[in-house]
Amino acid sequence: MKVYIEKDDKSLEIKIGKNQSKSFDGKSLLEKLKINPSSVILVKNNEVILEDELLTEKDEIKILSVVSGG
Amino acid sequence: MKCSRCDKKAVYAGQGQNYCKSHFLEYFESKVTKTISKYELLKKGDKVCVATSGGKDSLAVLYMTNLYCKKYDIECFALAIDEGIKGYRDHTLDDLKIFCKKYEVKLHIVSFKEKFGDTLDNIRDKGLEKNKKPCTVCGIFRRTLLNRTARELGATKLVTGHNLDDEAQSFMMNTLLGNMSHNASLGPITGLSDNDKFVARVKPLYFMLEKETRLFALLKGFKVEFAECPNINMSFRMTVRDEINAIESKLPGAKNGIINSFLEILPILKDHYREQKKNRTFNYCKKCNDACSGEICNSCKLEEELVLIKKK
Repeated sequence: MKVYIEKDDKSLEIKIGKNQSKSFDGKSLLEKLKINPSSVILVKNNEVILEDELLTEKDEIKILSVVSGG
Repeated sequence: MKCSRCDKKAVYAGQGQNYCKSHFLEYFESKVTKTISKYELLKKGDKVCVATSGGKDSLAVLYMTNLYCKKYDIECFALAIDEGIKGYRDHTLDDLKIFCKKYEVKLHIVSFKEKFGDTLDNIRDKGLEKNKKPCTVCGIFRRTLLNRTARELGATKLVTGHNLDDEAQSFMMNTLLGNMSHNASLGPITGLSDNDKFVARVKPLYFMLEKETRLFALLKGFKVEFAECPNINMSFRMTVRDEINAIESKLPGAKNGIINSFLEILPILKDHYREQKKNRTFNYCKKCNDACSGEICNSCKLEEELVLIKKK
């Protein structure tokens, strides 16, 4: 799965483990990346999603930062 | 997960409700409008100045204030401060100009360089006395310029884009530092003073989470690219922000809890500190004539320091 993290302007390729393929959701992704859910918005294939949405290897995910610029 | 109000897919979940795009936008606009009405932030006859930077909070608050002012026939304009932070403020100001043109809002821009003689980048790089951090300099100069320019332009209200996260952070920062009197100056309408040198500051996004504000800007199609001030790593606010976010993820609703608890004690704090300040007479700065507590205001003191540094 392609993942873009806006705050770091960084793109990653994330592999979903076989035993997780049916349960890997937005929350699992954020936990894997150690990102706090209250500080981001998840976008899957250009649509805003909730954290409980299941993700697949084919998805393109953007993790948008909600924090102020300072 | 579906929207709690219709069959469409939810894009936001908060406080036990799920919202699709259109119901989220409706929820956001309704909550901001209720905040403005309940706390009488804006009234007929006001001349409203919206302090704006081009970031998500200020575009959201500018959009909402402009909408409200058009509906109730209230005069409204935008004011931006160009601190001179290369690679950061120049980008957000470009976005702001496009936004103001689209929504037909008059925009005024004033800069640190024009008003204080130098950009924040240069002030930071030349070194600051007394271990002052760039955020401190920026804060003092921004507050002064916003108030002074709004007053000179005849504004009766100064709208800021502070959201619930900002306010919860400010409350916790003041509390951690033992500056309880500073908390008395927070709230949807800022300030303890009726002095006519101060333009009343109001916060229409007071009850909106930072996440909700960014989502609103995103779903409305506002051009907001993530840009973080290069000086923010030096800020105590960032530490407090991350800690509160960590608590919120373990205890959803904690940020609302902080603000609701704060609003319960705010009237007591205001009374307490107003009583203490009752017999205080305002001084007026010998240099700029703005109201201040000493002989010279913080902004003019800072300007003097910077002149001294330049002479060295």
